[in-house]
Amino acid sequence: MTSLVIAEHDNKTLKDATAKTVTAAVELGAPVHVLVAGQGCGGVAEAAARLAGVEKVLVADDAQYAKMVAEPMEALILSLAGNYDAILAPATTNGKNYMPRVAAKLDVPQISEILKVVSADTFERPIYAGNAIQTVQTSAAKKVITVRTTTFKAAAEGGAAAIEPVSAAADPGISKFVSEELSKSERPELTSAKIIISGGRGMQSGDNFHMLDKIADKLHAAVGASRAAVDAGFVPNNYQVGQTGKVVAPELYVAVGISGAIQHLAGMKDSKVIAAINKDEEAPIFQIADYGLVADLFKAIPEMEEELTKLGY
Amino acid sequence: MKVLVPVKRVIDYNVKVRVKADQTGVDLANVKMSMNPFDEISVEEAVRLKEKGKASEVVAISIGPQQASETIRTALAMGADRGILVKTEGELEPLAVAKILKAICEAEQPGLVILGKQAIDDDSNQTGQMLAALLGWPQGTFAHKLELGDGTAQIEREIDGGLQTVEVKLPAIMTTDLRLNEPRYASLPNIMKAKKKPIDEKSPADYGIDTAPHLKVLKVSEPPKRQAGVKVKTAAELVDKLKNEAGVLP
Repeated sequence: MTSLVIAEHDNKTLKDATAKTVTAAVELGAPVHVLVAGQGCGGVAEAAARLAGVEKVLVADDAQYAKMVAEPMEALILSLAGNYDAILAPATTNGKNYMPRVAAKLDVPQISEILKVVSADTFERPIYAGNAIQTVQTSAAKKVITVRTTTFKAAAEGGAAAIEPVSAAADPGISKFVSEELSKSERPELTSAKIIISGGRGMQSGDNFHMLDKIADKLHAAVGASRAAVDAGFVPNNYQVGQTGKVVAPELYVAVGISGAIQHLAGMKDSKVIAAINKDEEAPIFQIADYGLVADLFKAIPEMEEELTKLGY
Repeated sequence: MKVLVPVKRVIDYNVKVRVKADQTGVDLANVKMSMNPFDEISVEEAVRLKEKGKASEVVAISIGPQQASETIRTALAMGADRGILVKTEGELEPLAVAKILKAICEAEQPGLVILGKQAIDDDSNQTGQMLAALLGWPQGTFAHKLELGDGTAQIEREIDGGLQTVEVKLPAIMTTDLRLNEPRYASLPNIMKAKKKPIDEKSPADYGIDTAPHLKVLKVSEPPKRQAGVKVKTAAELVDKLKNEAGVLP
């Protein structure tokens, strides 16, 4: 049979999370189709068709899918589910929103946030904020899976899949999109950035985050935050890295004024290199940092900026 | 309008979990257990609705061992009116939990069910969405703000790019995110009062639900450990190491 990957996109751009989910799907060993549900999303479908390993791209272009509202997404995926024995989505806030509905209606369990495909029916997934890894085997008729994209490489370009329109399912008519307030930033997105500089409670205010912005601009980095900094209102919720926020694994993660609560470490401990700046030398973040600087961040960050300027950044 | 609040008993969020040497699970012996933190936010939201006169009754539900009644007592001390304990042995998958909750919803006819977006033990993030689908109800997950209208609710949600507002018809399911509210601490008089509030005891069989798991846990293992690296003395040395030793600067 075949596997179906639900694409993550914003009607204009296909997100990297989709290419990573395709890689997980390919590892299941069956042919891979991608469903692009959106409005005016033809360009996204073309991008999906170029991913290596994708055999066919299905496009449901309809106003009810423009914002991937969960109830119409459920109806659409269920209308196609009969042709597939595995359905995968990235574990983004969209995937987490509609996928359990699909699993429940198919009367099968969902396997959340897989880290690894061990075999076609066996997967590794994190529990307890990543402090334990569970290996689970499913005997369900259909596999419904969300994928933690940080542990899979993006599928390369080079494919030339066929694109086929599919009809919209009837809108259940019980929910509707009202509005959204998206953070605008010229910087890369947290989940795809190669470098991330994050601030914690130690930043003391939202204004002080501009110190991190300056370094981020030099390094083409994304800016993140700990839960404490978000709860304190320094930065918006979409900055949050951690167990219940975003999970990231960049080449370099710089933690500034972050003590290193278990819940924060859960979101960043798979980064390739971790650097930490904190004035408390006992801070748990130093136990996992490759490079630790015990210093007052209000002195260290301007110095770091100056040093980068000197080096031509 | 009646509001149902399912609450889960989990390892306290401050406890560092240990994987058992035989890899069958994590060590739960003599470990502090508490209400799942997201569920505290759910209880708080439900109690606030009652205080504002928008909810007529708040019912706390827990599915688990006998000790889960303590978790229900915590909800009652925060202001819930009564409890339902569905006694089960062993781990239940989110789908089984959702099926039991569906049966309870059919009996209780709530206008709103508020659940935590995920439990901090299995981190599944499924139950609320599954319950909504089984009932054919709409959902507002990862809620940041709730506004009740006439037969509808506007729910502002925390999403990857920022915030999104959806409007759902009631009855509906809402799952809570961190910034929805700050849960209260139960006062001593309220803890005493909670002891007198009723808790109904049930079993999955009362609802005709088979709770046998569909997934087989082959093992639970430790994640790869990271070692502490080196300390540097200055910001300049840090930049130098990142550039020349680690090679991670562009």
